Amino acid sequence: MEFAFIIEKFILIIVVFVITLVIAMYSTLAERKVAGFMQDRLGPDRAGIFGILQPLCDGGKFFFKEEIIPAGAHRPLFILGPTLAIITACIGSAVIPWGQALTIGDRVVELQVADVNVGILYIFGVVALGVYGIMLGGWASNNKFSLMGAVRAASQSISYELAMGLSIIALLMVTQSLSLKEIVAQQEGFVNWNIWAQPLGFLIFLICAFAETNRVPFDLPECETELVGGYHTEYSSMKLGLYMFSEYINMFVSSALMAAIYFGGYNFPFMYDLGLSANWITIIGVFVFFIKIIAFIFFFMWIRWTLPRFRYDQLMNLGWKMLIPLALANIALTGVFIILKDKFF
Amino acid sequence: MQSLSNRKKILEQEPMNFWERIYLPAIFKGLAITLRHFFMKKNTIRYPEETREYSKNFRGMHSLKRDELGRERCTACGLCALSCPAEAITMIAAERQKGEENLYREEKYAAVYEINMLRCIFCGLCEEACPKEAIYLDGPHVPPEYLRKDFIYGKDKLVEQPFINLEELSLNK
Amino acid sequence: MTVFYFVAFLSLFFAVMTIISKNPVHSVLYLVVTFFTFSIHYILLNAQFLAVVNFIIYMGAIMVLFLFVLMLLNMNEDSEPLKSIFVKAMGVIAGMCFIIILAASFKVLQTSPPLEIINPEIGLVGNLGKVLFKEFLLPFEISSILLLTAMVGAVLLGKKDKKKA
Repeated sequence: MEFAFIIEKFILIIVVFVITLVIAMYSTLAERKVAGFMQDRLGPDRAGIFGILQPLCDGGKFFFKEEIIPAGAHRPLFILGPTLAIITACIGSAVIPWGQALTIGDRVVELQVADVNVGILYIFGVVALGVYGIMLGGWASNNKFSLMGAVRAASQSISYELAMGLSIIALLMVTQSLSLKEIVAQQEGFVNWNIWAQPLGFLIFLICAFAETNRVPFDLPECETELVGGYHTEYSSMKLGLYMFSEYINMFVSSALMAAIYFGGYNFPFMYDLGLSANWITIIGVFVFFIKIIAFIFFFMWIRWTLPRFRYDQLMNLGWKMLIPLALANIALTGVFIILKDKFF
Repeated sequence: MQSLSNRKKILEQEPMNFWERIYLPAIFKGLAITLRHFFMKKNTIRYPEETREYSKNFRGMHSLKRDELGRERCTACGLCALSCPAEAITMIAAERQKGEENLYREEKYAAVYEINMLRCIFCGLCEEACPKEAIYLDGPHVPPEYLRKDFIYGKDKLVEQPFINLEELSLNK
Repeated sequence: MTVFYFVAFLSLFFAVMTIISKNPVHSVLYLVVTFFTFSIHYILLNAQFLAVVNFIIYMGAIMVLFLFVLMLLNMNEDSEPLKSIFVKAMGVIAGMCFIIILAASFKVLQTSPPLEIINPEIGLVGNLGKVLFKEFLLPFEISSILLLTAMVGAVLLGKKDKKKA
């Protein structure tokens, strides 16, 4: 392993990390702005022009607030909870290909931190691990509402992971690869996007992504109207901040994943017909990718301020009795289509 | 139970059809509504910079008026205190001394005039009761205070600023 | 090799911690860490698919369910049932048997010839799938039927008895 390679990856990791955090920070502002606009209000607009400094103020507030650890809480796990939540949220973005390779001098720089052979499954694993942060925090608080939130989070995430995995299997049958880099590279142009091949699979994946990130209408673990604050009832100051932050980072990573595997990632229509050099195509591609991601984040928020929360039994019914059979049917349909295509075309 | 008005209507809920059961069309309809609101005109008034216009008959803080010569109109007759349903107004009357004709219009005046703004319900009955057109509820909102005693407004806060003739002022200079 | 010894030490350490920790929730958490070290072992062997699947299924699903049940039970020392002498005696006998088996196995211990990896990509998804669906198709399908049976049985047990309700 050469020195330049390590430096290159190091810089890339730092950049990805910073971008992730900045986007998560501004998602908190965007959420409040979108909420305001959809309710005919303006949202926060006092800190800076258009409220642009609001996330900094919120962060400062989180850091300087009094930190309370309840007397009956299990101290180590109480601290471990938010730590795990934020770590698992952050490491998910490692396998996402942000763009094609950049050529600087005679070096080819890949815009992906790690091209893991089983990239999609890696993200699944990280998501599966994310529920530990919520569960440990909820249990360690020694509070029945927190425990309820933790238990809900666990059962919800397991139920929806199943449907999510099944919807991905159909996609993998089309792409023939688990590596995110290859999956994105296959979707050149516009007609090759996987959304056209897998509309039903995308719908199932989208719904499960909402459930896995604990966003409305699946935010039962924190459900203010029933459980006070759910799993983070007992948390204060930056620990609460970390939980909220990890939710937004999860949203960003799952938006990036959806944009990458269903909407072509950095590919955009007519990318090779414009007569641009390879580096320019890469740079535009990265921008296009981020536009897609931001569109998905907006969609997350749009849904949040449109739909009410599910009841718990409805949630379970939807997961087990609707999405899983649908995903299975989707796999079967995809298989039939692939065989027919091989036979007749 | 038997309907007395004969207008009772029994609603029958039909079982949902396929499109209603999968909820997606309903969800898209909801999304369309929220998106429409996203681009609508916002109702927010950015308060300190913009203020909402008051209605013409808004009743705010009281003011004790002066006449055209700058003399206090109030004669401490006590009709306002009598008419006040919240018993917010008290006053102590005094007799006008020689040399005070330019201060008080009538021979009797209110030496102390207090309105308890916490009791006042801003009904405007004092305004209607006053025979001398001395009290009007034409001010802004009563500002917030930290102490209850600060809500008892005396003459220092209630009486209108003395009439200043700008031309006279400039002539004196 | 040093990486292997370090990770192996970690797995053994956390496995022991799983057994000796008093709090059942701690036990489960140590078990999770143990599984995590197993995943690292798989990666060291270049079996990325197995590593990730171990990660998702054992750490992400089964252990979450364990934790779920333990959290709901709220077990602590007060609620622990008293163990009878009979149970303790059984434990001692079983432990002895285990030690005898271990000791016996040491007798037949011999070093196997070093494993030669013919194809370094053998642990990757494509190869694994080909092996599963060509050479081992029948066992694979039979095990899937076994799992299905278990699932049907669980659903049956979980369903409410209509006569009693």
